[in-house]
Amino acid sequence: MLKQTTAVTLLNLRSIPQRWGMSLTTVLSIALVVGVLLGFMAMASGFRATVDGAGSDDVAIMLRGGAMAEMNSNISRDEVRLLEVAPGIAASPEGEPLISSELYVVADGIRRASQTPANLALRGLGLHGPDMRPQFDLVEGRMFEPGSAELVVGESVQREFEGFALGDSVRLGNNNWTVVGVFSTGGSVFDSEIWTELGVVQNLYQRGSSVQTVRARLTSPDAIEALREYVENEPRLNLEVLSERAYFARSAGGTTNLIMFLGWPLAIAMAIGALAGAWNAMYASVDARTRELATLRAIGFGGFPAFIAAMVEAIVLAFFGGLVGAVATWILFDGVSASTLGSGFTQIVFAFAVTPDAVVQGVILAMIVGFLGGFVPAMRAARIPLLAVHAD
Amino acid sequence: MNATSPLYELKDLSKRYTRGKETVTIFDALDMTINTGDFIAIMGPSGSGKTTLLNLLGGIDRPSSGEVLFEGQRIDNLSQGKLAKWRAANAGFIFQFYNLMPTLTAAQNVELPLLLTSLSGKARKDRVKTALEIVGMGERARHRPGQLSGGQQQRVAIARAIVADPKVLLADEPTGDLDRTTADEILETLQLLNAEMGKTIIMVTHDPAAASHAKRELHLNKGRFEEKGKA
Repeated sequence: MLKQTTAVTLLNLRSIPQRWGMSLTTVLSIALVVGVLLGFMAMASGFRATVDGAGSDDVAIMLRGGAMAEMNSNISRDEVRLLEVAPGIAASPEGEPLISSELYVVADGIRRASQTPANLALRGLGLHGPDMRPQFDLVEGRMFEPGSAELVVGESVQREFEGFALGDSVRLGNNNWTVVGVFSTGGSVFDSEIWTELGVVQNLYQRGSSVQTVRARLTSPDAIEALREYVENEPRLNLEVLSERAYFARSAGGTTNLIMFLGWPLAIAMAIGALAGAWNAMYASVDARTRELATLRAIGFGGFPAFIAAMVEAIVLAFFGGLVGAVATWILFDGVSASTLGSGFTQIVFAFAVTPDAVVQGVILAMIVGFLGGFVPAMRAARIPLLAVHAD
Repeated sequence: MNATSPLYELKDLSKRYTRGKETVTIFDALDMTINTGDFIAIMGPSGSGKTTLLNLLGGIDRPSSGEVLFEGQRIDNLSQGKLAKWRAANAGFIFQFYNLMPTLTAAQNVELPLLLTSLSGKARKDRVKTALEIVGMGERARHRPGQLSGGQQQRVAIARAIVADPKVLLADEPTGDLDRTTADEILETLQLLNAEMGKTIIMVTHDPAAASHAKRELHLNKGRFEEKGKA
């Protein structure tokens, strides 16, 4: 049976070039399905990687209880003072607690690609703000001077938005600012932000002494429990304590899920279309070889090898379709920069990431399409009437 | 089985088709014996049932009623699987349009029936070589059908039909697509297979010149056989 099946399968595969038009259509339609799916997955993976990359386990972030995002949070100066003496927080060489009170507001930017306005995050940080981002690196210029209208901008902002070159004067809100530095945090969400000193933002945007979040470097990831216990037992504090990684995972989850909820149904809808294409191609393949298949059966071959051969052909075509889709998506999208609205109503710039896991899922989807598209035509191949040996 | 023992016995054989509400009888209550070593040409007008009869003898169609016995055993009531095994072991088919696999070489085409046997790869190669040499195609073993003339393709098809050493060769208009000279060469090859190798050959043809190469000529007309004597 194995010899029969191998012989008929090789016969089928060798005859693909004779039906190249229909076979190519099948490959391309399946490639398109996989391309769309992987496009969405690359978007979701890239977004998640960007947001996850920002989160650290040994940095705690504290927000107003019930606030799901920084924008909704509000922490008073008195609460910040109570946090400065909380346990579990690391100290600087000078003995100061490593905490950063932060406030961010929405500023306008113009996207280079579309020349359309988009929201940007202008973040005011405390003295130790950069210490809270282990991957922080000032790649150009210098840090802002406290008390002056100076900005340092993330690499993604500089790349995607106009007017943020080093030395540029930028008008944000009612104020003019000067770009004095460019920083990188390794492609994380912070690269989509503009930073200045906390006090300047509080003054220029009339926010008094309040902040939105307090970040604290912990002595160790486990120290978050001591900090959380302190906050819960201190009646003057109504704050939620999260590790930065947990906070960003929560923020990214909604957007990632939204992308995936759009991506999979669209891919499945297209897969049904591709299924019809594969079905058609396989029917054409079986029809084109009706006399050959009948002859084999007349010689004594069984129907099962013909079934397996047709299935293998369908799955091989689908596999190549999946591969073409994956390679095309990788060439076209991997590393491509895009931006979307983050949880703070500001743009988060991220790069599409075509991951091996997504490629495997895409190729599996392609092979499922091949399997389903090939099944009925393969049944037909197995049941070719013997009398078709006389067909012209 | 010796040279005069019955290979096939057809008993009260009928074949009818239903077209819409109409039932068409191809032949009815047909009786016939074909002996081992026969070379029979079945002739008759179009639609007389020549090919249908050949299909029944080859186990690729079933009668509406009656029996087809091969070496005393009924084959008309075998299951599809058993019938496939019977065909592989006993029957070699030669078709008007050769029915070769276009993507395979001549040798690979000839090897196909041997894939159903337990022969080793080397034994299969030896058998293929011999079969191709018998039909004069030894030099063309690596050619694909598209690189061969019609006559050469039919020779390859004959090699495929004999390679597994079947007891009967069933040829359906084997020269119907060939010119006279090539047709004669093919018919001489069939004669040789019958005379030298003792193959029983049943050939359907509408060509009297082709039929003249057979030992017996049976004319099928209006569901009845009429045997023509040979000079």
